[in-house]
Amino acid sequence: MGKIGVVTFPGTLDDRDAARAVRLAGGEAVSLWHADADLKGVDAVVLPGGFSYGDYLRAGAISRFAPVMGEIVEAAGRGLPVLGICNGFQVLTEAHLLPGSMIKNDHLHFVCREQELVVENNETAWTREYARGQHITVPLKNQDGQYVCDERTLDELEGEGRVVFRYAGWNPNGSRRDIAGVCNEKGNVVGLMPHPEHATEPGFGPDGANGPRSGTDGLRFFTSVLHALVS
Amino acid sequence: MTPESTAAPRETAVGLVVVDVMPKPEILDPQGKAVAGALPRLGFGQFTAVRQGKRFELSVAGPVTDEVLAAAREAAVQVLSNPVIEDVVNVADGEA
Repeated sequence: MGKIGVVTFPGTLDDRDAARAVRLAGGEAVSLWHADADLKGVDAVVLPGGFSYGDYLRAGAISRFAPVMGEIVEAAGRGLPVLGICNGFQVLTEAHLLPGSMIKNDHLHFVCREQELVVENNETAWTREYARGQHITVPLKNQDGQYVCDERTLDELEGEGRVVFRYAGWNPNGSRRDIAGVCNEKGNVVGLMPHPEHATEPGFGPDGANGPRSGTDGLRFFTSVLHALVS
Repeated sequence: MTPESTAAPRETAVGLVVVDVMPKPEILDPQGKAVAGALPRLGFGQFTAVRQGKRFELSVAGPVTDEVLAAAREAAVQVLSNPVIEDVVNVADGEA
């Protein structure tokens, strides 16, 4: 059974949901502590959402210097699959594992909604079991969710197919080119603002085709990486 | 005020470095925009735009030397700002 580490920083909120999503996908969830420079032999790592260090300085800026991050940066360089969700995405940009940064939403409000996304790249470690162009719906909840980087980097990302998810229907935060998630050059490191781990269990997800709260569109993030480990 | 704090000799005075960080000009500054929207409602109609940045005050145990300023510049780039979205616009001796 594949082991997926879930990191807890001070102020992380969604580590338990992320671990639950890993188990629902058939994997073993391993808790990783920010202060321990130890990945405990995991096959992949999730940096979950929340408000690590209260978003002080900049979202993710202080967590980036946690001892566990040194190990993650090194292992990611060797190809370890890493997924950053929301605050985890912000940590990955601050750690320079992913390009760009997140600033305050253009409308200045905290936003919490069921968000439709388009899967633009299904060749990453975390999106293999989606179809390219597939529309999925997962929760989105953030205040600093506006993805920004310079035009040259945006063009590079588009040209290299590294825009993994785009907002569909409505851009909830003013992100450049409707970008919801991106990946690194190898596709093993993926970050996105919306929360796939909150859409993995019938009865607790967004409204779906099978009725209220039936949506489990986020589950394939975790099955994608787990099945790739087996094969 | 206690006598101790007024009598501190110059050599052991606490030095202060000020670091100012601003959002890059090309980056939309939502907070500054919100403040700019509020000012006219309070009668301050003469301000046409607002950009909001951050000021850091770094204390050191001794005087602010060139080495201290160099270290502050390094910290400003590595930690206090994110070069993707922000510029360090000032690193200076706060007492000078």
